[in-house]
Amino acid sequence: MLERHWTWHRVKEFLIEKCIYLSGVTSIVIVALIFIFLAKEGFALFKTVGVGEFLLGIKWYPISHPAQFGILPLIIGSLVVTIGATLIAVPIGVASAVYISEVASGKIKEVLKSGIEVLAAIPSVVLGFIGMMTLVPWVKAVFNLPTGLTAFSGALMLGFMAMPTIVSIAEDALNAVPKRYKEAALALGATRWQAIWRVVFPAASSGIVAAVMLGIGRVIGETMAVMMITGNAARIPTTIFEPVRTLTATIAAEMGETVRGSDHYSALFAIGIVLFIITFMINLIADIAVHHKAK
Amino acid sequence: MHTMIETHQLNFFYGSFHGLIDINLAVAQYQITALIGPSGCGKSTLLRTFNRMNDLIENVRVTGRVFIDGVDIYTPQTDLVNLRKKVGMVFQRPNPFALSVAENILFSVKIHKTAPASQYEAILEESLRAVDLWEALKDKLHRSALQLSLEQQQRLCIARLLPVKPDILLMDEPCSALDPMSTAHIEELMRMLKVNYTILIVTHNMQQAARVSDFAAFLYLGELIEFGSTEKMFTVPKDRRTEEYLTGKFG
Ligand SMILES: Nc1ncnc2c1ncn2[C@@H]1O[C@H](COP(=O)(O)OP(=O)(O)O)[C@@H](O)[C@H]1O
Ligand SMILES: [Mg+2]
Repeated sequence: MLERHWTWHRVKEFLIEKCIYLSGVTSIVIVALIFIFLAKEGFALFKTVGVGEFLLGIKWYPISHPAQFGILPLIIGSLVVTIGATLIAVPIGVASAVYISEVASGKIKEVLKSGIEVLAAIPSVVLGFIGMMTLVPWVKAVFNLPTGLTAFSGALMLGFMAMPTIVSIAEDALNAVPKRYKEAALALGATRWQAIWRVVFPAASSGIVAAVMLGIGRVIGETMAVMMITGNAARIPTTIFEPVRTLTATIAAEMGETVRGSDHYSALFAIGIVLFIITFMINLIADIAVHHKAK
Repeated sequence: MHTMIETHQLNFFYGSFHGLIDINLAVAQYQITALIGPSGCGKSTLLRTFNRMNDLIENVRVTGRVFIDGVDIYTPQTDLVNLRKKVGMVFQRPNPFALSVAENILFSVKIHKTAPASQYEAILEESLRAVDLWEALKDKLHRSALQLSLEQQQRLCIARLLPVKPDILLMDEPCSALDPMSTAHIEELMRMLKVNYTILIVTHNMQQAARVSDFAAFLYLGELIEFGSTEKMFTVPKDRRTEEYLTGKFG
């Protein structure tokens, strides 16, 4: 009996281990394939357009004659919207997580937690649509602008989209901090805020960084809402109250109209490569931050 | 002998559960007093009434009085921050903060602003020396405290209390997570510390109580059954229940 049990146990262990290994390898292979595909389609562009001209050119006229493929306005558009959204979402999101995990109790906590989950599940097109109908006219009226389709509206909208992700993951991280840390701080005469700020927060910092990074990830990758709200003008904005166009929105808006294999088509893939590299860098930085902290 | 802690008809309720019943106790300064008794008899509850950590639990009620160094600590005027500076607590499981060794020691100094930054180094050395950790950790002050051994962590938790100059150290089963070697070391440390501090230790380990304590209080079902010098209680217990507990008939 004992023998059989052990053998079966071993087999199970073996299978589970191999499955995990296989899924790890698969995900790496898939990412590699995606990159190879992107590279193959995108690098064709650099036969006709220089890398510097592509990255730093300020004119994106993909269908004029001659066409110009400068994506600097798009990069800046993405940066402005992303940074704006991050500045809005991170402080509010982290503060909400602290509130839910450390302050709210009983029923309020339950309601808020499930509310956040629901928010996180709303598809971005729906949010974009709601933003277009409510936020855009509001921004136009409040700031007295010719149009409400601006970088600011996009940042605000995306900030709200990133918030549920940040709140729920940061809240998990705070909850995972053992209660005995807080107890020790209070027993040393700390106030509740001192305990949260000086003890619980640092203990949860790697989880909070992860929450912020995933939030930013969602913002960078976001396409639909941004396309509907930011105005989509491929110009370098001088203030945040002007229309901008992002890298993702450009791909989404123009991919359907390109001829396969044309320069325009390759340029969109080259934009994909840029996005890929940016995302990779952000993950790398987050990873270093988390590991540095945990040393 | 000066009385550091005194209770008068102290009663404690968790909701409708009567956790402590008419406790009258006087704890002498610069002595080690052990709280013993079977699991669930109210040792931790009693200990936590002395720094009012029970206040954190919802739906509890205290009646009677507790005096720390002659001052009633259950009045509306009681300043919890000052109380907890005066009465430090060590927990069952070592619970250093997920910060560096130095940050752990300096935590209370920083939140209470009791010393300028220029004194931090001196405070670090003094506190760590008091628990015999200085030699081991003087080059590792900026390492995470979570990397220390359990014994070192528990020592650090004791050291962390010292910079605000408490009078009383409450220890709730401080050795229950440690091996026998480390336990012996912490007991040794307690004997060293009693010169300057009044120590109360909860323990379920009878040998430990016999080894370290000067006085012992035997609690049973929320009542203080017997209190007196450890030596006397362990040789000629007055109460039949004390005797049965000490001889291992229950617990
Ligand atoms: N937070 C609480 N809520 C309700 N009852 C509690 C709570 N903490 C302890 N008790 C009860 O109070 C009694 C004494 O507990 P405790 O002081 O922890 O015992 P000991 O430390 O002697 O093992 C036990 O019966 C326990 O179940
Ligand atoms: Mg206990």
